[in-house]
Amino acid sequence: MNPFNYDIKQLQEKARDIRRDIITMLVEARSGHTGGPLSVTDFATALYFNIANHNPENPSDLNRDFIVYSIGHVTPANYSILAECGYFPLRDLMTFRKLGSHLQGHPNMLETPGIEASTGSLGQGLSISVGVASGYRMDGKPNRAYCIMGDGEQQEGAVWEAAMAAGFLKLDNLCAVLDLNNAQIDGPTDKIMSIQPIVDKYKSFNWNVIEIDGHDTEQIIKAFNTAKTVRGMPTIIIAKTVMGKGVSFMEGDYRWHGVPPTPEQGDDALKELGTTYEEWSQRLLSN
Amino acid sequence: MVVVTDRISIEKKKTRQGFGHELLELGREKDNIVVLTGDVKGSVNVSYFADEFPDRFINCGIAEQNMCNIASGLSLVGKVAFFATYGCFATARCLDMIRTTVCYGNLNVKIAGSHGGLLTGPDGASHQALEELGLMRVLPNMTVVIPCDYWEARKATRAVSEKPGPCFLRLGRASVPVVTSEDAPFELGRGTLMRRGNDVALIACGSMVYEALLAAEILAGEGVEARVINLHTIKPIDKDILVRAASECGAIVTAEEHQIYCGMGSAVAEVIVRHQPVPMEFIGVNDRFGESGDGQELLTKFGLRDINIAEAARKAIKRKG
Repeated sequence: MNPFNYDIKQLQEKARDIRRDIITMLVEARSGHTGGPLSVTDFATALYFNIANHNPENPSDLNRDFIVYSIGHVTPANYSILAECGYFPLRDLMTFRKLGSHLQGHPNMLETPGIEASTGSLGQGLSISVGVASGYRMDGKPNRAYCIMGDGEQQEGAVWEAAMAAGFLKLDNLCAVLDLNNAQIDGPTDKIMSIQPIVDKYKSFNWNVIEIDGHDTEQIIKAFNTAKTVRGMPTIIIAKTVMGKGVSFMEGDYRWHGVPPTPEQGDDALKELGTTYEEWSQRLLSN
Repeated sequence: MVVVTDRISIEKKKTRQGFGHELLELGREKDNIVVLTGDVKGSVNVSYFADEFPDRFINCGIAEQNMCNIASGLSLVGKVAFFATYGCFATARCLDMIRTTVCYGNLNVKIAGSHGGLLTGPDGASHQALEELGLMRVLPNMTVVIPCDYWEARKATRAVSEKPGPCFLRLGRASVPVVTSEDAPFELGRGTLMRRGNDVALIACGSMVYEALLAAEILAGEGVEARVINLHTIKPIDKDILVRAASECGAIVTAEEHQIYCGMGSAVAEVIVRHQPVPMEFIGVNDRFGESGDGQELLTKFGLRDINIAEAARKAIKRKG
């Protein structure tokens, strides 16, 4: 059971709050990744607030589904969602990337409640998820493994070793989501080292492939629920997204991959998101 | 004191076989033991386990990076996950997975690297692991164990399965002399005294323990009493036994089937220079790759013999001043 079970409207509102969290914590940190967190926000929010079985009261609950962020650098989204779920106080978000904070630049599973694996070196999460799904299956448990991947990291060979294994092992308790925002640090993914045809690749590795608009909450929910019913093969949801989604001057620009907004840019972004830095940082600090 | 017999008549067995036998025992005792390999099921002796527990075994094919992190994932849901392949590939091929996922996460993953050292023989440099102890030793949270014989391999396999966190076990391809026994005590992180003596300490691991014992015999013939220590665990390192050896013997020789750089001797030196500096000599591979040949011939060619250890001991004793 998902502990929130939000409807579409609630999910969209929560996603907006999470975008506000992301901008605010990045402005405060003066360091971090902006583009990717904003592109994963909608489907990651749906996963935590509607789809996955997890327990913020007891992060190591044996009945939980397992969520691995293979793209460790989207910590602003990852941490915001965990804090909004109640894994730790919202005020911790204002310590992101600072000395002594449990919110490391890239996730440390030993420090942060709700982080299932320490990632940050790209291309490792899918193999971890294959192991998790295999372990659940060995134990005859219904739990599912979710893996959030980026499109740039599809360039890592290890992803395809894992894709081959998941298809061969018929891991139908594994659901990956590919954040297809066509952007990586050095430029558009299709200009740096194209991963296309990505749908055909996964199909040929014996995966069930679902293509969606990664910002359409209805499509997101439907895709996750369909994946739960597929038998005999893993599912990958290829979510077409926009880097920097939700902030007009960031949208679609790969240069927002690895930099935070300046305080001025943060003000502009938060204005578009219907709040101010003062208001939102106060909300975070008082919770 | 361990009594050693000559090279011909001493019983010889493989450490990788000890690993395979103990893994099967562990599988029978505990449901949460799982085993993975990368298309070398027979060579690393996990076939015993695989045949009896097919549902707890995954052959990952020739894909070590994926195998390492499948093991990580299994450990995250409560398994004690062993993955076994040749030491070169078990470490260097998936080093980033071991570093960032296994060690940073302090996961309960056990890495068995077979075909360690020159005794791997005819396959040549690509397959003779001579750097993997250094690669593993440098990683935080990692335990590094080098069993010296069949019985120690069995005990080490059990011990690493019981110790939470990442562990690396170095195993060998060739049969090597059995210098311990089924009931000899073994404790992770505690070196074993194999022979008493106060003139020089010979500190060895793996197949070099037997060579060190033979070297001690040679030295005894010259009136030199050598202490022999089997340093089977190089991380965490047994500081007490090393400092005592340095202070009571006044000179140390280390011997390993591994690069001298970053190996067991280096680990010993890190302790000795800080706590009890004494003259030290290093027996090991001197910054070069291995080559094809009979394993025993390679040990001779590379200077990893009893006579080389004895000569190094004479040099170290002379440097006492």
